[in-house]
Amino acid sequence: MAERVTLTVNNQPIEAYADTSVAAAVMQTHGLAVRQSVTGQARGPVCGMGVCFECRLTVDGVLHQRACLLPCRDGMKIDTRASSEPEAFAKRDAKPATNASGSERVYDVVVLGAGPAGIAAACCAADAGRRVALIDDNPRGGGQIWRHDPAKPPPREAEGWRDRLRRTSVEILSSTLILGSFAPKTLRAESPTGPCTLRFQRLILACGARERFLPFPGWTLPGIFGAGGLQALVKSGYSVHGKKVVVAGSGPLLLAVAAYLRGHGADVRLVAEQAPRSKLLRFGGSLLWHQPSKLFEAMGLRWQLRGVPYRAGCWPIRTDGAQQVTSVTLTDGSRTWTEPCDAVACGFGLVPNLELPMLFVCAIERGFVKVDEHQQTSVAGMYAVGELTGIGGVDKSLIEGQIAGWAAADQPVRIGGLLNESVRARRFSELLDDAFTLRDELRHLADDATIVCRCEDVTYGALKRFVGQRDAKLQTRCGMGPCQGRICGPALQFLFGWLSDSVRPPIFPTALGNLS
Amino acid sequence: MSVPTCDVAILGAGIVGAACARALACEGLRVIVLDGNPIGSGATAAGMGHITVMDDSEPQFALTRYSQQLWNDVSDQLPADVEYVQTGTLWIAADEDEMATVRRKHAFYQERGVDTEILDAKAVAEVEPNLRTGLAGGLRVSDESVIYPPCAARWLLEQAQLDRATISLGTQVFPMADRTIQFGDGSSLSCGSVIHATGAWASRLFPSLPIRPRKGHLVITDRYPGWVRHQIVELGYLKSAHGSDRESVAFNLQPRKTGQLLLGSSRQFDVDHKDVEPRMLKRMIARGLEYMPRLARLSAIRAWTGFRAATPDSLPLIGPAEIRGHLLATGHEGLGITTSLGTAELIVSHLTGKSSAISIEPYLPARFQGGTDG
Ligand SMILES: Cc1cc2nc3c(=O)[nH]c(=O)nc-3n(C[C@H](O)[C@H](O)[C@H](O)COP(=O)(O)OP(=O)(O)OC[C@H]3O[C@@H](n4cnc5c(N)ncnc54)[C@H](O)[C@@H]3O)c2cc1C
Ligand SMILES: Cc1cc2nc3c(=O)[nH]c(=O)nc-3n(C[C@H](O)[C@H](O)[C@H](O)COP(=O)(O)OP(=O)(O)OC[C@H]3O[C@@H](n4cnc5c(N)ncnc54)[C@H](O)[C@@H]3O)c2cc1C
Ligand code: FES
Repeated sequence: MAERVTLTVNNQPIEAYADTSVAAAVMQTHGLAVRQSVTGQARGPVCGMGVCFECRLTVDGVLHQRACLLPCRDGMKIDTRASSEPEAFAKRDAKPATNASGSERVYDVVVLGAGPAGIAAACCAADAGRRVALIDDNPRGGGQIWRHDPAKPPPREAEGWRDRLRRTSVEILSSTLILGSFAPKTLRAESPTGPCTLRFQRLILACGARERFLPFPGWTLPGIFGAGGLQALVKSGYSVHGKKVVVAGSGPLLLAVAAYLRGHGADVRLVAEQAPRSKLLRFGGSLLWHQPSKLFEAMGLRWQLRGVPYRAGCWPIRTDGAQQVTSVTLTDGSRTWTEPCDAVACGFGLVPNLELPMLFVCAIERGFVKVDEHQQTSVAGMYAVGELTGIGGVDKSLIEGQIAGWAAADQPVRIGGLLNESVRARRFSELLDDAFTLRDELRHLADDATIVCRCEDVTYGALKRFVGQRDAKLQTRCGMGPCQGRICGPALQFLFGWLSDSVRPPIFPTALGNLS
Repeated sequence: MSVPTCDVAILGAGIVGAACARALACEGLRVIVLDGNPIGSGATAAGMGHITVMDDSEPQFALTRYSQQLWNDVSDQLPADVEYVQTGTLWIAADEDEMATVRRKHAFYQERGVDTEILDAKAVAEVEPNLRTGLAGGLRVSDESVIYPPCAARWLLEQAQLDRATISLGTQVFPMADRTIQFGDGSSLSCGSVIHATGAWASRLFPSLPIRPRKGHLVITDRYPGWVRHQIVELGYLKSAHGSDRESVAFNLQPRKTGQLLLGSSRQFDVDHKDVEPRMLKRMIARGLEYMPRLARLSAIRAWTGFRAATPDSLPLIGPAEIRGHLLATGHEGLGITTSLGTAELIVSHLTGKSSAISIEPYLPARFQGGTDG
């Protein structure tokens, strides 16, 4: 069990477990609204994984820190009030400018992303005798699925891989954010000890996916989380015990999240899946045929959720509340009703984190990184695995991770039967994609006043008159905020068919000192 | 098939083309603006939007000063999204040599009626406490401002539309020597004059033009309202390579209305891709940190690049091109946001004979040609 630490929030002391995220601790004690948007709206954490930037707080005098990625430390000073006082900066003793290039580390194989795909890849490359680094921006490894509640033991499958990882010589660099590449065969990173450069011979990209969020009236209210987002925040120490939660959106993640939240004491009122029942039945049928284990997995989750209604062909159309959400209104196309709730966990499927592959100019095909059967991208020596090559769940990630690990270590003979498994995993990924296609009605949920770009508070009404993403961005500032379009980009693509423009370094906001 | 006609076809919906459209339409001319891309998406989308008076040469002063006054005149009409703020400019002197420049600049501006003030080391530290200590002083130019150029370009075009100008975006166009414009779909348009406001791309249509694209990098931060108050520019660039052909960086920091800080800048010739180059980004930020070490902790959210249309004498090309009926309005290098409005007045004067406050002479493209018949 982790130790208890004391920190202050707006000068008021609070206690938390060390390793609880600051976001979780602040929500627990000060409510869900942790910041104000640029137009003064109350906002709270959404994604729980460092991509939405709605959890930015002032930490020890440094503004705009993503609280969901920061573990609580003794003596931390948190401020949720926007500081606009110039003297506050001027008088504060700033750290001296960081030394020019930071440290450099040299590896044979660098694996980016410590989810299942990255862990499997790192294990194999290390078993083959390579010097391997495994990098993740989160303080804790495991990725979106295996990262676990600090106060609880990890899931069993994860433990097997973690044991294996522990027995290797893989160097694990956590809380290390990749910003881009400043020279060939290197990565530039921001780490707790300052900026650093990682040199590699081979690079395995395992940077996973984020959730797709779609705008509807009220979706920016504190208390509307991503589905995986709320799960991630609970994993980092936020308690949903006794809270009324509606899980909505699309994809198999909804069941997993609902079961997880219920396991953590939430009163899950409803799971609303937008895909029609007919498609889900067909999907179930093909699973029974191709991958019965997946079907049993789903049935297991359903069993854990007994008593909770699961409605197919049903989606949220608005949420209401003053400071935070108090109800969600749903429809099944004919009937519309309102559910009182304390939180909505809502995500519309996953989108791959393509920023790094795009920066390295890896070919992208139909929205995913294009790879050969050894997971190599169009760029020699660069591999992509897991969600980057298709949304297909943990099995696909593990299989592809192993293939890439062996391939990057020049041990193709050890890949063997994994190739067949990989074909099956891809088949599953295609079935998923087909079953959970987003319905057209979701394109019309937003009204003119609904915010689409949460960073800059740009509304649907302001955007709809433009013909393309670049035009809209230049004129409205849509996508110009710190999330760099990670949240509004996939929504705009779905709503208007707009593709976002180029990816440039740094791919994540970072202190200017880390770039010099 | 009847060919539609207009008085003036403007190629380029950047800030220069937009300013020309507004001024010409206001004179009652029938104007069409053509661009293959969205409004203000070229250099106009990349520039800093600092409206500033420069003293490198008399003609440069004349055009920048005139333009700056024109911006001041319209400032109260600008919509909120143009983000106009009268920040003033603070030129920073790091040492006594540079203080000598401050005094020279001050005298120059004072003689010409520009409101400036010399600040000593203490006064600089007071007005901009986040600058490093130990600077020698600076020159404050109070009348200068900052805008958001893409929305300014759109506003200028909206004004032109009120005077019945037409704007046609997203279509590939080919201007012909006989003053017809050919469209990608085969249709065409004939016009009295063609104005090339195509920025750094002008030399594609006129390969003999002495225009070289000069790449620049910028990086912007998250919101830190009040961190700096003025557009701050170092005078050290006079000593560095900023004025020469070599690649260079100079400290240039701008407070945006949003509370964000825009940090520049770099200059490079002979680079043809718009990628952000980490090497230049690093140099540019390092230069900024020399002047303001505390910047190191501010969160940078995005970097980008743009191309300035540079000419050998650092003055724009405004007036008749070598082909009859075609005019140029390009070559504004790092000052086109400022000088767009003055450029437009010169073009109006040339086409209508209306008198203008300054002479077009120093900017005529003919200075680089064997001669022109206009
Ligand atoms: C929010 C969310 C919740 C999920 N919950 C479940 C669940 O409960 N059950 C389930 O079966 N599946 C869940 N999934 C799906 C699950 O993530 C996949 O099935 C699979 O495990 C993905 O593995 P991966 O290794 O490809 O990616 P991930 O597990 O996503 O790992 C990628 C890692 O890379 C890191 N990273 C990305 N970019 C950078 C960068 N620039 N610098 C440093 N690090 C970076 C990320 O922080 C992350 O830890 C969830 C997915 C998401 C997005
Ligand atoms: C980093 C940087 C910082 C700067 N900072 C400042 C500053 O602080 N203050 C200042 O005053 N200036 C600044 N500038 C300069 C300023 O941005 C430019 O001078 C100005 O934007 C030029 O405007 P323009 O309309 O001539 O060109 P552009 O904005 O480039 O517009 C040209 C347009 O022509 C179109 N086009 C090209 N070819 C064709 C064709 N064949 N047919 C139709 N259309 C065509 C393009 O699509 C484009 O939209 C800066 C520039 C850079 C790069
Ligand atoms: S909740 Fe922290 S970035 Fe989204």
